[in-house]
This record gives sequence, structure tokens and C-alpha cells, in this order.
Amino acid sequence: MAESSTAKIDYLSALTAGLWKENPTFRLLIGMCPPLAVTTAVKPALTMGLCVIFVLVCSNVAISLMRNLLKPHLRIIMFTLSIAAFVTIADLYLRAFSPKMSEALGAYVPLIIVNCIIIFRAEACASKCNVWVSILDGIGSGTGFTLALCVLAGIREILAAGTFFDYRVMPKAFVPWAAMQMPVGAFVTLGLLLGLATLITTKRAD
Amino acid sequence: MDNMYVLMMGFLSVVIVNNFVFTKFLGTCPYLGVSGRLDTAFGMGLAVTFVTALSGILTWLVDYYILVPNGLEITRYVCYILIIAGAVQLVEMYVRKFFPALYRTFGIFLPLISTNCVILGICLFINIWAIDNLAEVAVLSTGVGIGFTLAICIMAAIRENLALVDVPESLKGAPITLITAGLLTMAFMGFAGMIK
Repeated sequence: MAESSTAKIDYLSALTAGLWKENPTFRLLIGMCPPLAVTTAVKPALTMGLCVIFVLVCSNVAISLMRNLLKPHLRIIMFTLSIAAFVTIADLYLRAFSPKMSEALGAYVPLIIVNCIIIFRAEACASKCNVWVSILDGIGSGTGFTLALCVLAGIREILAAGTFFDYRVMPKAFVPWAAMQMPVGAFVTLGLLLGLATLITTKRAD
Repeated sequence: MDNMYVLMMGFLSVVIVNNFVFTKFLGTCPYLGVSGRLDTAFGMGLAVTFVTALSGILTWLVDYYILVPNGLEITRYVCYILIIAGAVQLVEMYVRKFFPALYRTFGIFLPLISTNCVILGICLFINIWAIDNLAEVAVLSTGVGIGFTLAICIMAAIRENLALVDVPESLKGAPITLITAGLLTMAFMGFAGMIK
């Protein structure tokens, strides 16, 4: 509820923090299940990311509005219940308008409910800040998460199938790496990307 | 006899061949986060096993006898979350009363079990696999918990040794853990296709 002269900077930092400095996947290492599970191709990864942005923004708004009514010991359950409601909306929407994608993502859409990112943002930001900051924070963190998902999915899709967003980018002679499609590819690629992220931050700090 | 065979195969399938951590990436957060010590990992695994078994059975019962006959499938996720949160609360009270030492070791991680993907995962997959008898539900949900325990115990044992190894500076911590997990997954891939 920063209504001082620094309010403008607060809004800006709420939006941009999630992109790199507090990027959920690369910097905070939370919500690691979808980055590993749905990144075999860019399309499902992007859909997943958009679902998470929607749920994150909606739940941040709802929690920010009721933040003064929350009792400490009932906090977490109220968070998860409101998240579950919005995930149901996203799931039904996806099932109605994009049944193929809904089938491809399967149980991972309802599993957004237990994605740590959303509860973490609710706890760290929405339960303390006003609605506008919470919305910006939701958009920022959600976008950071989506970008991380797409980078990982891009690498895996190019190496596993030679395509990017279903368009062929590699020459015909390219031999696909089958391992990239499997769980092994997910773990190792994410591990190396995290290493790269750590390298960049330490280089910057020097 | 035939029934027994199906149950046993289902159990082996979720523990080894289709281990949730290795093939479906569920529960990777605690798998990478808290599995620094073997004894804590084992206790954590047991707590999760108990909650998966309890909530798997309860959600199936609620789904089968209340939600579906009344056409309330739309509230499914909200109900699942409520049941899981209740089961976790029960375990928390039990552990605090009877194992105070273990309770202190877990700290914040115990209430966070309710946001463990393995638990909601098994409730959802039981629904997706359309399993229609209670014995199978019980066996599968216990099996998933045991599979999770197996995974985090292996990982904890490896990480205890990893602490002594000379790892490149930027790969220390989470990155090397993920790469190790990748190699471990590859080992478990050897079982793929044996059942189902």
C-alpha cells in the first residue's frame, strides 16, 4: 500500500522483478514441475504459460481484495481454494475451445493449483499489496515463468524434432536427439540452463 | 487370483516403471529441495505416502459416491484440495503429538505437503485412468507414495556424497542436482515397457 512518492517506482519494479531478478524458474527455483513436464514442444509450453498468467493474475486480485479479512491459520487454505476456482475456469475454457491442447496437457492443467509460484506470489505480494501492484506482479512473474518455459521448450523442440513452433528449422539431414523428448532431456537441459543463469548473475556481480 | 495379479502389477508399475517423480515430474520440488539428508528424506517420504494413501482413497470415495451421482464434477478440483488439506492437517497433528523430534526437523515443509504435486497428481490420475474399485485405488495411491519415497531416498543418498565432490562453480547446488536427476531418470528408463 505504498502511496508515497516512490509509488511509481514500486509499480515498475513489481512488473519487472519477475522477468529476471525474481524469475520463478531460473532464480527462485520454484514451480519446477511444469517446466519439466510440458516443454517437449513450444506450443503446449506457451499454452501452459498463458494459463498460469491468467490464474496468477486472477488469484492475486482475489487475494489482494480479501487480504484484510484473512486469518493467519486459514491463509493457505483460502489461497488454494481461490486458486482452485480459477484453475477450474481455465481448465473448462481450454477443454471447450482447444480440446486437443487440453488433452495434450492432461493433468498438468489442474496441477497448476499446487504450483508453488502462485501460492508464493499470493503469500509474498498479494496478501500485502494493493490490487494494482498485485496485478502487475502477477503479469510480471507469469511472463517470466512463460519465457523460461518457452526457452526450455524451444531448445528441446529444436533438438528433439528439428522444428520450432511446428515449423521446420533444421536441415533435412539433421538427426533428431530422441533423448531430448524424454524426461532425461528435460532434467539435463534445465540443469544446464540453471548453470548458465548462475554464471550470468555471478559475471554481472563482478 | 486374477484380481491379485492386476493389483500387484499396478503396484509395481507405479513404484518402479511409471514412478511419478521420474516419468511424470510430479513432486520435483521436494525431490530437489529438501532431500539433503537421508533420514529426513525417509521421514518426509513416509508422511507423503500416508497422505497420498489417505487422500487418494477419500477423493475417490467422494468422487464416486457424491460428485458424479449429483453431477457436481465441476467442483472436483476444489473438493480434492479441501480433502488433501484436511488429510495433511491430520498428519501434522499426529506427527506433532507422537514424533516431536521429527516434527521439528520438518519445520515448514510439513504443512507444505498439501501443495506437493504427487498428492493432487495421484487423485487426478486415478480419475483419468477411470479406476472403479476401491482395492485398486488403495494399492495405487500407496504405491505412488512408496515410489516417491524411493526416489527422494536415492536422491538424498546421492546428494550426501555430492557435497564432497568438486563441482564447477556455476553448476553447484540446483543445476548439478537436476543433471544428476536426469541421469537417474535414464537408469529408471531401463524398466520402461516392462508393465503396461
